[in-house]
Amino acid sequence: MKLAIKLAYRNLIGAGLRTWLNVVVLSFSFVVIIWLKGVMVGWDYQAKTDMTNWEIGGGQYWHSNYDPFDSFTLADAHAPIPNDAKDEIAKGNMTPVLIAHGTIYPQGRMQSIMIKGIDPKQSIFLLPTHKLDTVTDAIPAIIGSLMAKSLKLNKNDHVTIRWRDANGTFDADEVVITEIFSSNVPMAEMAQVYIPLDRLQAMLLLPEQATILTYRDGEMDRVPLEGWTHKTKKELTASVDRIIETKTIGQTVLYGILLLLAMLAIFDTQVLSIFRRQKEIGTYIALGYTRSQVVGLFTVEGTMHSVLAALTSAVYGIPFLAWQAKVGWTMPIDTSDFGMAIAQTLYPIYSVSLVVSTVLIVMLVTAVVSYLPSRRIAKMNPTDALRGKIQ
Amino acid sequence: MEIIQIQNLTKRFPMGKGEFTALKGINLSFGKGEFAGLIGPSGSGKTTLLNIIGSLDVPSDGEALVLGNSIGKLSAKQAAKLRKENLGFIFQSYNLLQVHTVFENVEFPLLLLNYSTSERKKMVADALEWVGLTDKTKSKPPQLSGGECQRVAIARAMVKRPSLVLADEPTANLDAANSHNILQTMEKLNRELQTTFIFATHDEKVISYLHRKIFLLDGRVDKDEVVKSN
Repeated sequence: MKLAIKLAYRNLIGAGLRTWLNVVVLSFSFVVIIWLKGVMVGWDYQAKTDMTNWEIGGGQYWHSNYDPFDSFTLADAHAPIPNDAKDEIAKGNMTPVLIAHGTIYPQGRMQSIMIKGIDPKQSIFLLPTHKLDTVTDAIPAIIGSLMAKSLKLNKNDHVTIRWRDANGTFDADEVVITEIFSSNVPMAEMAQVYIPLDRLQAMLLLPEQATILTYRDGEMDRVPLEGWTHKTKKELTASVDRIIETKTIGQTVLYGILLLLAMLAIFDTQVLSIFRRQKEIGTYIALGYTRSQVVGLFTVEGTMHSVLAALTSAVYGIPFLAWQAKVGWTMPIDTSDFGMAIAQTLYPIYSVSLVVSTVLIVMLVTAVVSYLPSRRIAKMNPTDALRGKIQ
Repeated sequence: MEIIQIQNLTKRFPMGKGEFTALKGINLSFGKGEFAGLIGPSGSGKTTLLNIIGSLDVPSDGEALVLGNSIGKLSAKQAAKLRKENLGFIFQSYNLLQVHTVFENVEFPLLLLNYSTSERKKMVADALEWVGLTDKTKSKPPQLSGGECQRVAIARAMVKRPSLVLADEPTANLDAANSHNILQTMEKLNRELQTTFIFATHDEKVISYLHRKIFLLDGRVDKDEVVKSN
């Protein structure tokens, strides 16, 4: 094996441009695959981090009637905050949110909204809820930039909202936009109006009640709360996992095409080598190689393309990947319309396992692609090979 | 001492729906240190016989015993071992490894035999000195003349000091001056190292150097004469 590696290296270096063309194509595949996979990992990480920071915290308890995909359940999705939770809320490790269906009327138009009552002093979410802790002539409210854009609302604008209280009576009042925030989580922004929890509780005639209890620490063991459904962070981010999984399948096709291009070059080189280098093959056999050893030599030679490609990739790939990890990849289009947690700029994350597995997979595929045409050598007649007679 | 014994050797090749018999009941033997040649026109079977002696091919019938090994009964691995340890080959078109340097080409058989780096350096230097190419170690075959290439091939064949060197039309691609130079080199190595040389040739220049001339005609030994004792 040592000898095969030595000879393969000599042969490859001796082949000059032909070798380097293959190596460059293969190294390009290495870098692009690692980069794309890094973007996916980065997106996954960012999406989950953003969701944690803006929407789900370390996990949640949902009122048993609450269904985020059915706003009609909201009328019944509330209950007094359980005593077991009050201690954590007092310590700031849990925050209650009351949700009601409502309507907003900006400039005479109307749009359905979710009115969320949230504690202005909470620190679990990155929402600038402290902006709700203010004295104004109307109900203080904060909204996301997506919402502000769609409603054409600006900071300090006054706008009417309408809701229905616990008795089914419609009521309306004015809110003032005290802050417009920007997040990468559309669910935290789209059609959401945040007002102080106590104000909403009073508006709905639901004192001390909540729809969702969000806790900070996802690692702690959680006791079940009667009438509330416990949702772990993993369950709440499952949608991101599914999106990433779908995207990963799509990207696998791209990896496949990239690898196919590189492997085509290797396969082509191997096939050409076996035809062009028949005399050389015959010479190896005459000098004492068995045919299977020559097959091994050619396979090592083909596989060594991927070793050289890995080294070449390191030369320009490491600076490129490091630069990308620093500046990120800015999406060419506005990601706010995507409807899922995706930042405008994605920062790739490369793990050791990602790099090692990519290198190993490419090497393994290269070895297989190199071996397949080389098997032909085993059927060669060495006396014909020595004369360079096409077999 | 006989190092090659060939008894009633026949070689048939498939041709179309039938067979072509290249060698028909050959009986020959070669002793250590011979400088012999298989002489004959194209199709007489000289290269086929050389290939069988070199364990690159096997007999259809009969036996070829080379250095105590029955060629027909050797496995591929055993045949490779025989070639690796005891045989040297010189080809008409040199068959050098084009992307390797002269040094690397000559070093190749020693790599297969697992010699150490220092041993290889010494042995390659000796071999290149025998053929007068010490100044071309870093050159590659495309940078050499035909005569130089064949001298590299001789050095490669001789570097491991084999018992037997098989040369198939070694001067066919060379001019007269280079041919004589090559043949003198080989004769000198035969004399000094007691290596057995067997040629397959129809070149008069080669024939004039041979100590033993075996004439083949249509796959049979037509004449076997010793012109000069070793």
